[in-house]
Amino acid sequence: MDFLRPATWQEALAAKAEHPSAVPIAGGTDVMVEINFDHRRPEYLMDLNRVAELQEWEVGEDTVTLGASVPYSRIMESLRAELPGLALAAHTVASPQIRNRGGVGGNLGTASPAGDAHPALLAGGGEVEAVSVRGTRMIPIDDFYLGVKRNALAPDELIRAVRLKKATGPQQFSKVGTRNAMVIAVCAFGIALHPDTRTVRTGIGSAAPTPIRATTAEEFLTAALEEGGFWDNGKAVPPAVARQFADLVAGAANPIDDVRGTASYRRHALAVMARRTLGWTWEQYRGKQQDERNQPCA
Amino acid sequence: MTAHRTRAATAPGRTPTSLTQGTQDGLTKGGIGESTLRPDGILKVTGEFAYSSDLWHEDMLWGYTLRSTVAHARIASIDTAEALATSGVYAVLTYDDLPTEVKHYGLEIRDTPVLAHGKVRHHGEPVALVAADHPETARRAAAKIRVVYEELPIVTDEASATGPDAVLVHEHRDDHHSGHVPHPNIVHRQPIVRGDAAAAAARADVIVTGDYVFGMQDQAFLGPESGLAVPAEDGGVDLYVATQWLHSDLRQIAPVLGLPEKKVRMTLSGVGGAFGGREDLSMQIHGCLLALRTGKPVKIVYNRFESFFGHVHRHPARLHYEHGATRDGRLTHVKCRIVLDGGAYASASPAVVGNAASLSIGPYVVEDVDIEAVALYTNNPPCGAMRGFGAVQACFAYEAQMDKVAAELGLDPVEFRQINAMEQGTVMPTGQVVDSPAPVAELLRRVKSRPLPPERQWETTEGADVRALPGGLSNTTHGEGVVRGVGYAVGIKNVGFSEGFDDYSTARVRMEVINGEPVATVHTAMAEVGQGGVTVHAQIARSELGVTQVTIQPADTQVGSAGSTSASRQTYMTGGAVKNTCEAVREKVLDIGRRKFGTYHPAWATAELLLEAGKVVTDGGEALADLADVLEGEAVELELEFRHRPTQAFDLRTGQGNGHVQYSFAAHRAVVEVDTELGLVKVVELACAQDVGKALNPLSVVGQIQGGTTQGLGVAVMEEIIVDPVTAKVRNPSFTDYLIPTILDTPTIPVDVLELADEHAPYGLRGIGEAPTLSSTPAVLAAIRQATGLELNRTPVRPEHLTGS
Ligand SMILES: Cc1cc2nc3c(=O)[nH]c(=O)nc-3n(C[C@H](O)[C@H](O)[C@H](O)COP(=O)(O)OP(=O)(O)OC[C@H]3O[C@@H](n4cnc5c(N)ncnc54)[C@H](O)[C@@H]3O)c2cc1C
Repeated sequence: MDFLRPATWQEALAAKAEHPSAVPIAGGTDVMVEINFDHRRPEYLMDLNRVAELQEWEVGEDTVTLGASVPYSRIMESLRAELPGLALAAHTVASPQIRNRGGVGGNLGTASPAGDAHPALLAGGGEVEAVSVRGTRMIPIDDFYLGVKRNALAPDELIRAVRLKKATGPQQFSKVGTRNAMVIAVCAFGIALHPDTRTVRTGIGSAAPTPIRATTAEEFLTAALEEGGFWDNGKAVPPAVARQFADLVAGAANPIDDVRGTASYRRHALAVMARRTLGWTWEQYRGKQQDERNQPCA
Repeated sequence: MTAHRTRAATAPGRTPTSLTQGTQDGLTKGGIGESTLRPDGILKVTGEFAYSSDLWHEDMLWGYTLRSTVAHARIASIDTAEALATSGVYAVLTYDDLPTEVKHYGLEIRDTPVLAHGKVRHHGEPVALVAADHPETARRAAAKIRVVYEELPIVTDEASATGPDAVLVHEHRDDHHSGHVPHPNIVHRQPIVRGDAAAAAARADVIVTGDYVFGMQDQAFLGPESGLAVPAEDGGVDLYVATQWLHSDLRQIAPVLGLPEKKVRMTLSGVGGAFGGREDLSMQIHGCLLALRTGKPVKIVYNRFESFFGHVHRHPARLHYEHGATRDGRLTHVKCRIVLDGGAYASASPAVVGNAASLSIGPYVVEDVDIEAVALYTNNPPCGAMRGFGAVQACFAYEAQMDKVAAELGLDPVEFRQINAMEQGTVMPTGQVVDSPAPVAELLRRVKSRPLPPERQWETTEGADVRALPGGLSNTTHGEGVVRGVGYAVGIKNVGFSEGFDDYSTARVRMEVINGEPVATVHTAMAEVGQGGVTVHAQIARSELGVTQVTIQPADTQVGSAGSTSASRQTYMTGGAVKNTCEAVREKVLDIGRRKFGTYHPAWATAELLLEAGKVVTDGGEALADLADVLEGEAVELELEFRHRPTQAFDLRTGQGNGHVQYSFAAHRAVVEVDTELGLVKVVELACAQDVGKALNPLSVVGQIQGGTTQGLGVAVMEEIIVDPVTAKVRNPSFTDYLIPTILDTPTIPVDVLELADEHAPYGLRGIGEAPTLSSTPAVLAAIRQATGLELNRTPVRPEHLTGS
């Protein structure tokens, strides 16, 4: 195995172009496990840790550009306001040690259906900045996951960053595991309210071959909120609407039975998480609206 | 406190060193009853302690074990040519390479092949060994060994193992149990019959039955199996290894190697936890075989994945119970049948059967019982010793039953238990009289009278603190669906080896003057697996010999056996041996004193003399001489054995016999909060009360109780090795999917320690390591039942059991 250590982004791209089979290593919290278990024996390993810009993020007007190697612990600490869903998801990943090493680039690289960043990314919305010596492609997150542990990157491409929409409304993330910390998801759910576009987006983890959105549920809820004028009147979401939303989320999943849980439990748990997280986000949205209404007029 | 490390010049690297310790501040005595700190504690928390996986030798090779990929198969052929031809490979061994006629080993029954012979009986059975100059080379070479398996039908439970056409796991049994078992796939069967259960049942106002399932728990020790075998010039071998009982290993290793025991010199290496999982051999013989074959030191370290195949697990069990009681809350009778799955090899199964049967009804007075316990041979992973040893499975079931009967009678579950609680003088189902304190009702009273932890502790001014809620950081509830439940349980565990086993420990103690100061050196073969023996041995030596500095030598086979670090026995047994030997050493020291100084003071001849604070003193407190002067130019050294009271075998038909040495008792109250919609559990508090006889080191006592409690919690809500029922293959051999409690899963564990002396035991102490593991699980289950209203006859409970999905 050859170990490539590019000092700059340009060198990294050149090396990847020359050796498309090279496996990038960022935090190494997936790669090293695979190597140690001999699931993978790449010809070249390419260390991205010298490429400083991958560790950086930039908060713009409407978007956050999050470097591929920004560790979860930084996301939790520094981007709670801009990316609340992702920050919550980051906090559920593994243990403090792993969160200091692992990041979103690696989660996307592995593209495991159980990766915790995915439901939050799908719900928040954004694009993956895939770069090669040939140029830059912005891959919408919805198009990124192709199959079990397969993603849309070309062999010569690297992820430089993800460009994520700054939150314009409340976001939540919930994950079921059979232990209260440091656990791989049995299933997970992310939700983001987008008051600017009056839409709701969702993400489901560990309950289908890839991370997915529950689009039917989103469309149903978006329509129901619109029809009831809820975005403006700030009323509570009727229980029947929440229930149907929850059922549609469960219906969107395509889970299996495995050592971590049964398919039917996963469906059940998704419905519970969908109902609860909708409640939390909507209550937060209403509360904020109320506060705004109560502001004395200037 | 300082811990000195010394190292022999020729020895391999990272081997164990002596632990020398004075007292923390020079003021306290550091004797028994004090919470002195561990001599290896600082080394461990700073990462300097040498665990067996850190062993190292110039020039060493790495051993690797090829294991079966199927559960039950005939081995049609093994082709090692390609592996042997790999550059860097020094040896490849199979069954055919074993050097002597002895090719099997085992704790009680020698049924386990050193390497598979013609057949594999479980997933992960060792088939071949490789030694190479790099661990990766060894692993890759092993992958080139071609084994052709012809799969055989498997047996996995009682129905398949004892059905009409059941395949026999061991075809030609001739062990000492084979004659009395009803089927060759039953390792051992122990009935216990006392009184007349059928007649007593007729007197019962209520009869409650239940069927219970206990999943397969793993010891999940953090330091994987590892060791280093170094061939010696005399044709023998030096083996450094993490184990629980050096001399038991030795007895099994030497004959396979064809060496006399004195040529297999074993030294205990740093042990990263054991919990029963190191009672059986793992890499010991394999490492020695490779070292003797290649003439080079060979190190073997399992990784986590292999570790799940490298040791036995806790027996999964199916238990059927019938309890009867009268309206006034008195138990009339108990009938039970306990079926333990021993897996492919016997390991400790017979002893686990004896424990399960004799402790099957719990710490209660029941005169009429009809009990049967069996262990099966199946093609599942072998099961053997684990903390609690047969008593754990039974406690889970009888405590569930006690709650059911109480509910049926409309009685408070604690009160119902107290009505039936045993006490000193109670007769066990085996006919044995409990002849030391048995404060069962009092332990229950203590956990019950504790104030309950406040409700809704997750509520803060900033919203819900998810760390205090079921699901924890996974953020699944902010209080929705959360219901509290409270449950109680109490258990009984035996201490020490039972059923007539000649159980003894040996201690060598030396007393001498070094640099003008009297010091003691304690040498035993006791395996320090984390239980704190190295701490209490020094405390005992200080108390008995009046010294401050004590050196604990590494455990090895150059001194007599200390027995196993299991059965909650080491403080009792090797602690007892150290005490005994110290007393004899003290007499010798006093003899020297009398010889040297007897003429200076009449008290030398007339008074009761003690050793205290470096001096010989009279019982009246008068100092007669400095120990440094007494011992000047002379050293005293003795090695003595210590035995507990003899026990008897259980009668094979009636189960009668004084089988146990001592009993220990613990009670728990569990407070849980259950997210009833998602089936997630947060254990909020797990209070324990336990009688320890005498707390030699109160800090370690509390540590043991909290650790045992947590291990019991683990198997209540998450810990289970999942074996595929169709293939008998292990599905979750990793810490990704075999979950053990994290700090967020571990509640506060208030501990109430009682010290009611057992007059038969050294210092009146009671073995404590296992009892808290028993009652913790049923207490948590009872609390979850109360919160959910569900029956829950299986442990661990999984979310889908609580949501019905
Ligand atoms: C003990 C433990 C617990 C864990 N628990 C969780 C958990 O709870 N939730 C969870 O989601 N995950 C968990 N993981 C998995 C892992 O931590 C995450 O997937 C993490 O996000 C990986 O990030 P990394 O930087 O370490 O990736 P790496 O291991 O360095 O890389 C992962 C993959 O991404 C590729 N890659 C990395 N960077 C780039 C890039 N810039 N461009 C293109 N490809 C790239 C790599 O080639 C590799 O295929 C756990 C892992 C461990 C060891």
